[in-house]
Amino acid sequence: MDALDLARWQFGITTVYHYLFVPITIGLSLIVAIMQTWWLRTRNPEWLRLTKFFGKLFTINFVLGLVTGIVQEFQFGMNWSDYSRFVGDIFGAPLAIEALLAFFLESTFLGLWIFGWGRIPEKLHLGAIWLVHIGTLMSAYFILTANSFMQNPVGYRNNPETGRAELTDFVAVLTNKVQLVTFPHVIAAAWMSGGAFVLGIALWHVWRSATPSDDVSMYRRAARLGALFVLVGGVATAITGDIQGKIMTEVQPMKMAAAEGLYETSPEGAGASFSIITIGTPDGQEERWALTVPDLLSFLATGTLDGEVQGINDLQQQYELAYSDDALTVAENYRPIIPITYWTFRWMIGTGAVAAGLAVAALWALRGERTLRHRAWPWVSVAVILMPMAANSFGWIFTEMGRQPWLVFGVMTTATGVSPGTTAWEVGLSLATFTLLYGLLAVIEVKLTLRYGRAGAEPAPEESLDPSERSDDEPFVFSY
Amino acid sequence: MELTTIWFILIAVLWTGYFVLEGFDFGVGMLFPVLGRGEGGADDPDNDGETRRRVMLSTIGPVWDGNEVWLLTAGGATFAAFPEWYATLFSGFYLPLLLILVSLIVRALAFDYRGKVDDPTWRARWDLAIVVGSFVPALLWGVAFTNIVRGVPIDVDGEYTGSLFTLLNPAALLGGLATVSLFTAYGAMFLALKTDGPIRHQARELSLRVGVVATVLVAVWLVVIHASTGSIESWVLTGVAAVLLVAALGQVRRGSEGWGFALTFGAIAIAVVSLFVALFPDVMPSTTDPAFSLTATNASSTAYTLRIMTWVAVLLTPVVLLYQSWTYWIFRRRVSGHHIPTKVAVAARSHRPADRAEIDT
Repeated sequence: MDALDLARWQFGITTVYHYLFVPITIGLSLIVAIMQTWWLRTRNPEWLRLTKFFGKLFTINFVLGLVTGIVQEFQFGMNWSDYSRFVGDIFGAPLAIEALLAFFLESTFLGLWIFGWGRIPEKLHLGAIWLVHIGTLMSAYFILTANSFMQNPVGYRNNPETGRAELTDFVAVLTNKVQLVTFPHVIAAAWMSGGAFVLGIALWHVWRSATPSDDVSMYRRAARLGALFVLVGGVATAITGDIQGKIMTEVQPMKMAAAEGLYETSPEGAGASFSIITIGTPDGQEERWALTVPDLLSFLATGTLDGEVQGINDLQQQYELAYSDDALTVAENYRPIIPITYWTFRWMIGTGAVAAGLAVAALWALRGERTLRHRAWPWVSVAVILMPMAANSFGWIFTEMGRQPWLVFGVMTTATGVSPGTTAWEVGLSLATFTLLYGLLAVIEVKLTLRYGRAGAEPAPEESLDPSERSDDEPFVFSY
Repeated sequence: MELTTIWFILIAVLWTGYFVLEGFDFGVGMLFPVLGRGEGGADDPDNDGETRRRVMLSTIGPVWDGNEVWLLTAGGATFAAFPEWYATLFSGFYLPLLLILVSLIVRALAFDYRGKVDDPTWRARWDLAIVVGSFVPALLWGVAFTNIVRGVPIDVDGEYTGSLFTLLNPAALLGGLATVSLFTAYGAMFLALKTDGPIRHQARELSLRVGVVATVLVAVWLVVIHASTGSIESWVLTGVAAVLLVAALGQVRRGSEGWGFALTFGAIAIAVVSLFVALFPDVMPSTTDPAFSLTATNASSTAYTLRIMTWVAVLLTPVVLLYQSWTYWIFRRRVSGHHIPTKVAVAARSHRPADRAEIDT
């Protein structure tokens, strides 16, 4: 493997890993903020207990998302220096704004929230967690702005004198049509992820304490809130995903053709079908058996049952004609790896749908004052947490690998973006380091999450959390 | 003033902000094995090692993350305003940056995770992560900045052509020792300012002893740097930084922890500014051929991007400064042993049979 392959593996591994935690952080910060708001409104101690319980699980996840995010910012320069040089004029701005606008807000107010229990006025303390959530939303917006530029470059020109892409319209970059649909898609998926996290853990507690008690009713409430987030998020993810598919067909037809493995163009009037499952040769070139829904691909891609969908082979020819005269854009093969795009697209939808199905099942089982008895529920609670995480990973693998061989679609291939002076040995060492470190941290994180998830919510504190009722010299409510 | 010059100044401000803030939390981390010791036990929390370490952590707990964002912002702003600088620096200083990243990761996790399980082995491992994770970046930032200002081999394409060992030259290692000692003394002053009880007095004593070493090392380091690339302004700033450091030590000796800390804050800021003054108008001087040097002009983004980023920086930076200083104000009280809660969360309790037996008896 050369430095390019290793750098791609590192980007893939570190990004997927980083993104296991990010959606949970976005969704969970909102749910915790809602729980705390309800506590202050109703003064029902159950909401305080839930706030603290899920708040602690939130911080365990947040810190991993945070530290793995630093790697993301650094590795553009470390492994992709030619990319950074070429698009830095456009790509750097959203990253810098993300740090200035979002990272400062998140980190400062999370510190205030974690250490502020009993030390700052209650409403201010509530405001802190809401600001953390707003910070996560802004962070998502700006990093997706940067990614959307790679999917659909707008608001720039190629300057032959400086040999780089230069920003001409920042508003166009911020309101890229890919961005405008990707942002709600990602946030809706984050609601699913955060909701499923709450649902899974609360469900397990309802199951465990199968005799009716106060705690069961508390966990049942939490489970319902979580399930609601999964379902609302699920519907929103589906709607935004549908719009996104149509926009993607327009800006990157190759990616959508590869999502179906559609080799030959399906002309207007014919209606392209969509396969749910295909058994074929491992390289995806030949189909042996498939379960297909007629006209569905045309509908997904164009919104009509018989719209034209371009095939992979036609697109390959078009791209060869259009892009082969420039060193930055020439490639032998403009096709992504078809089996990967084909299957990740389906697994994304499938795992997301399973999560929504489990949420419906849980809501049904918990209706009224019901408790859970069946021994399958612990498995459901684990599965419901993992499904949206899997869907998020498949979604990004589809989006990013489906764009290949491009780094910036139509502008720059991935092969031309790698750091020219960095050796395979260096990148390999870095890849090995991060893989081992992240693996170790995953074990620790899972153990801590299980430990804290299982232990359940602490009893409501006997002391007041209102600083006006506390002495200045009392022990802190929380310290490291 | 040229936009590129404004952005050079803004990048200098961001790095200065990073070092004056994270400098002391690196110091607090490095001092764990020195000030976080004691056999006091539960009856004497001020002399109990574990309680003292938690007191130390409590001084930086609410703020270390915000301090670290100055680094992320400096990185992002360099990418946005000087893409060539960002590309050359980050790909060239590959292995030191990898070490810094790993250190920052384990250190941040250690802060959050060490108290999550009530088990001495668990805590001892994370404590080691805090010490190493604070020491390595404190050392390597000194190494990196010495190399940035003195120059490294860069070819006509702006590519770094040296190796790891090119970066580990004597001047750079001196720089590393200077920043380590300076941040250690600074961390001790911060602890003297933010704690109460025996740890406060021990931190104050320690800051004086380390401070003398740091003053000498920093002075020699800056003289070495400015002897090769300095201007009159950078020499003046070096002098000011040295005077401030000496004055800070004098204040600490007199017992004024507040002034001691403030003057050291100033000294670090002036020292960092002197480095950027010596660097300007280059951003990454080339030792291969001065013609290959990256400068504030040839490494910058377009005027359009810089204009947008200037608006963003002018509007947002004051707000950030305001709310970040406000959190320091909120957590302004000194921490001592009796503030540390002794109650252990149910989830954190150790499940090991040996510990259980202890509880039963």
